[in-house]
Amino acid sequence: MTATAAQGGADEAASILRTRGLTKRFPGVLALDEVDFELSHGEVHALVGENGAGKSTLIKVLTGVYAPDGGQVRYQGEDVRFDTPLRAQQAGISTIYQEVNLIPLLSVARNLFLGREPRRFGLIDFPRMHREAATILRDYGVEVDVTRPLQGLSMGARQMVALARAVMAEARVVIMDEPTSSLEPREVETLFSVIDTLRERKITVVYVSHRLDELYRICDRVTVLREGRVVHTGAMADLERLRLISLMLGRDMEQIERQGSTTFGGPHQARAEEPVLVADDLNARQQLHGVSLAIHPGEVLGLGGLLGSGRTETARAIAGALPLESGRITVAGVPLRRRSTAAAIRAGISMLPEDRKSEGIIPELSVRENIALAAMPRMSRFGLVSERRIDRVVDVFVRRLRIKAAGTRQKVAELSGGNQQKVLLARWLALNPTVLLLDEPTRGIDVGAKAEVQRLVDELAAEGLGVMLISSDVEELIEGADRVVVLKDGAVVGELTGDEVSEGGLMSAIADAGADIDPPEAGAAETSPATLPPTGTAATSADGTVTTGEDTADTRATAGAGKGPAREEGR
Amino acid sequence: MTALDIPRLRIDRERIIPWLQEYGVYIGVAALLVFNIVFTPHFLSLENFRTQAVQVTPVLILSLGMALVIATGGIDLSVGSVMALAAAMISLYLGYGPVVAILVALVAGAAAGAVNGALVAFAGVQAIVATLAMMIGGRGLSLVLLPQLEGIRNPGIRELGAGSVLGVPYLVWISVALIALVVFIVRRTTFGRQIVAIGGNRRASELSGLPVQRTLLAVYVLCGLFAAIAGVLATARLQASDPNSLGVLIELSAITAVVVGGTPLQGGRVRVAGTVAGAVLMQLLVSTLIKHDLPPSWTQIAQTVVIIAAVYVARERGKK
Amino acid sequence: MTTGKSTAVVELGAVGPDGDTGRQPPAGNGERGGVATEFVQRHGALVVLLIVLAVASLTLDSFFSLGNLNHIAVGAAFPAIIALGMTFVIITGGIDLSVGTVFALAGVLAAWASQFGSLAALALPLVVCGLIGMLNGVLIARARLAPFIVTLATMLGAWGLMLAVSDEGTETYVVPDGLLLTPIVQDRIAGIGYPVFLVIVLFTIGGLMLRRTGWGQNLYAVGGNEDAAALLGVPVARTKITAYTLSGLCAGLAGALNAVWLGSGVTIFGIGIELDAISAVVIGGTLLAGGYGFVSGSLVGVLLLNVIQNIINAIGSLSSAYQQVVSGSFLILVVLAQNYLSRRRKQV
Repeated sequence: MTATAAQGGADEAASILRTRGLTKRFPGVLALDEVDFELSHGEVHALVGENGAGKSTLIKVLTGVYAPDGGQVRYQGEDVRFDTPLRAQQAGISTIYQEVNLIPLLSVARNLFLGREPRRFGLIDFPRMHREAATILRDYGVEVDVTRPLQGLSMGARQMVALARAVMAEARVVIMDEPTSSLEPREVETLFSVIDTLRERKITVVYVSHRLDELYRICDRVTVLREGRVVHTGAMADLERLRLISLMLGRDMEQIERQGSTTFGGPHQARAEEPVLVADDLNARQQLHGVSLAIHPGEVLGLGGLLGSGRTETARAIAGALPLESGRITVAGVPLRRRSTAAAIRAGISMLPEDRKSEGIIPELSVRENIALAAMPRMSRFGLVSERRIDRVVDVFVRRLRIKAAGTRQKVAELSGGNQQKVLLARWLALNPTVLLLDEPTRGIDVGAKAEVQRLVDELAAEGLGVMLISSDVEELIEGADRVVVLKDGAVVGELTGDEVSEGGLMSAIADAGADIDPPEAGAAETSPATLPPTGTAATSADGTVTTGEDTADTRATAGAGKGPAREEGR
Repeated sequence: MTALDIPRLRIDRERIIPWLQEYGVYIGVAALLVFNIVFTPHFLSLENFRTQAVQVTPVLILSLGMALVIATGGIDLSVGSVMALAAAMISLYLGYGPVVAILVALVAGAAAGAVNGALVAFAGVQAIVATLAMMIGGRGLSLVLLPQLEGIRNPGIRELGAGSVLGVPYLVWISVALIALVVFIVRRTTFGRQIVAIGGNRRASELSGLPVQRTLLAVYVLCGLFAAIAGVLATARLQASDPNSLGVLIELSAITAVVVGGTPLQGGRVRVAGTVAGAVLMQLLVSTLIKHDLPPSWTQIAQTVVIIAAVYVARERGKK
Repeated sequence: MTTGKSTAVVELGAVGPDGDTGRQPPAGNGERGGVATEFVQRHGALVVLLIVLAVASLTLDSFFSLGNLNHIAVGAAFPAIIALGMTFVIITGGIDLSVGTVFALAGVLAAWASQFGSLAALALPLVVCGLIGMLNGVLIARARLAPFIVTLATMLGAWGLMLAVSDEGTETYVVPDGLLLTPIVQDRIAGIGYPVFLVIVLFTIGGLMLRRTGWGQNLYAVGGNEDAAALLGVPVARTKITAYTLSGLCAGLAGALNAVWLGSGVTIFGIGIELDAISAVVIGGTLLAGGYGFVSGSLVGVLLLNVIQNIINAIGSLSSAYQQVVSGSFLILVVLAQNYLSRRRKQV
């Protein structure tokens, strides 16, 4: 036919999946804005971007979790729209999540074969199933007793089982979301060799990661997302490391010196008083390794680092929400003795949690109740609530934070994300804290609210509060913070002060941190040669990477904890 | 009332369901009242109202405690057994006088609630399991303590069950007082606010420094205490301790009253007025069926249908 | 892919019986703890049963006789059948509180239908109880209502139905003499009652279905992680509905046989039996949270509860109500132990 058709045909021969103008809206946010994304047969394609860039939304649209609001998806030359993840999977698009979607209590072999077990006389032929499972998994570097429950396996091995299952189901596209975030270096090597075989078998891999080294090692092409838009797509090798970071952060190198778009003012007048908060040598099992920091009154301290570097964990440890193995926390010179959220609050520490939905708002309650929640004991006498005092406090904050609601009795679930966030800020400010820990205070809220929150941070610092700011938005971090402590793998690796607090400075700090994928020293020291006992259960765990989540036989509790926000990369 | 127009009922499912959740129970009560006024002879007599009010007492009191437990996102299946336990205690300790006997019964109920609460709050056992075990064990314990029905001839207890002040039975006064107490707790105390906050989002409540475990413990103790009160009153009215059949399956009526009244099973919200109306609705339903000579079997099947319908309607809220 | 892997292999191996998302630090006692936990979970009830049997044999004169043991076994037979169905339901992460009254209803239906012959005496209760189970399943799986409230409601409904059939509980239907089924239920071979053999057959079939069929795998998958199971292509709703239907059928079969065994449909019999069944299943090592369990454990659990009952009766001075106290305490102890064991694994 015409040239365009011929070209289209040629395109399709090369590409297995492509999107045109893919758009997805959430209330108040445009998560995907006309995204054109293309995958070739048998390539390893890096998908990168900071938090909120739209990576996970894109993946969820491609795998049928979300329905797109606009645009089209062509898969193997046909327009497709998957209404459930199962459909996408049956069509050959599999996702390997880091919280692996397998069933922990079932045996390894049963997880691998669920739904297509080999039969004999109508009954499952277990000897054959176990034999085959062992053979298949050996190709993935997993040599375990396949009759044991999956939950005995390391995260890396579980991912391999999920991968093997996907390939058995004839997947054409395998999406891996932060596959190495909980792997050891040697496990990472195995994963890479498996990815190499996938490439040879013409299976396309979408590789989502923040570890730049890995991207450069195994990816052929890269697509960079920022604020829901594709800002770059091309060969991995052609993209310089620093340029990639600047693309992710959305700032051209030349632009860095120019005035930013945040509403933060200049540096704050850090008062030369004693620090209002001192955290000394915080250690939490496999999450924090000797983190120390101090915040002065009137200062905004930024916590820098990539996802999973321990930023959130540090904040939670200070707020009493993460159990510590050791460490001292002092608020205004007074050491914190009891480790609980209530004790931290009494001492004057307020933490705005990262996950607004699951850890912040109480959706069924009104704006008023949500604001008054934490300060309730202070606004009551003998356990009796004083409505007048609550009204007074609530009115003050609704006005000060410009919370837009039909009234203070409106359910908080009905507000926009930005207003919900302001309600939470009001909850914490109503406690009249001396230290305010803000974990991603502007994530997922609209531009207007973002500016207001940023202005508020300035005001609070000016009033003499010690503020700690965690943000994946580097611009916000740099312009909001007076000092930045950079974390990596749960340990402090650097501190930027004065003129060093710049995007360039932070980027090189992150790039240096990203160049090293070794686990922390503690993990390395603990690594002992693992042995494979006959039963396969027993072995010393040989890892030292970040872990969260509850280990309990109650799977639902476990699943809940797994979804828990303690894990920064979890969403 | 416009929402009840038939054509809209079809179109506005989205609005009908929340509306039913809010006001369905009152409509139900009103409909049953109208039906009875028209079709039941002697329904509008003072005597009948007094009987209805006395009969609803145990379920009403249980459902008040249950409402608080459900508001935290929990459940208490043991209330019927705790009633039996209280009844057994009354019989055992009546020798020391009615006041001591009643106090012992109340302490026993609170203790049973404390066991439930400790298991749920501190040991992290699912509420269903903990209270199920108490349901089995509590019934067994009451039977061990008092193997069969035993009549009570104490004038004090008899007066409590049958006497009245200003023409209103003691039982009704007590339920009114307990309703007022629960309204007070829910509206005016920090404890009440904490209950709904924990049910609404336990994680957020913990991070906000709320005493989550202590609050949960207190809620189950309160529920056990209320169950014991219901047991004492039922014993006083029957003038007999009946550990064998007192309160069997009554937890279901209490849960239904709560759910019909608009408190969702997943917690985070509590409606006392709705719960009271729910208990009244269940009572009216049963008495209407009985008055019209429908056998008990019908009553139970009707209750089953009401429960499932109520839970179904309540579920729609959770889905949103 | 060749040399590099052989070293990587070791690293990817099992790292201890860890939880879902957690990983554990190296610790020597981790492995022993894990194996011990597994052993307690799987065989704890059996060990306790053996100890109780041994102690009872040594201390009670008439305990260890074929007659008494058969008495225990036959007494345990009908609850065991109910526990079998309950095991399926609990593995899916649900609960079925309706089995007690369904059992009673089946007894009355069987006694009434026995006037039309053995086939009717079995078929009628099975059909009715299967339908009740299916109703439970549909309401739980399709309408997504909480299992405990649905089955609590149908518990009441089944009771109502039973009252309706038995003329509000006043009529006790008697199984006519010479019913073909009666000797099959009441006779014994070598001193062992037929119901015992039936239980063995049913549990063998149940075990095979659970361990060796796709349906069984789906059951575990649904209980283990419902969302993941749906993603893995498991028909979640259908699996749940069959589990509840089977639970209804098991309760129905037990009730029908019980009526034949007793010779009449006693209406109050069976109230509260659901609690014993749940206790037995949990004591047998099945996790109430779902995803893990086995039928043999449930059988051991039922036997354990019945042996204790038998001992309580033998002691004589104890009221039989102690059984319920024991049952409730056992349930809580086992659940606490399960919680403790899994928490300990986390802390190791």
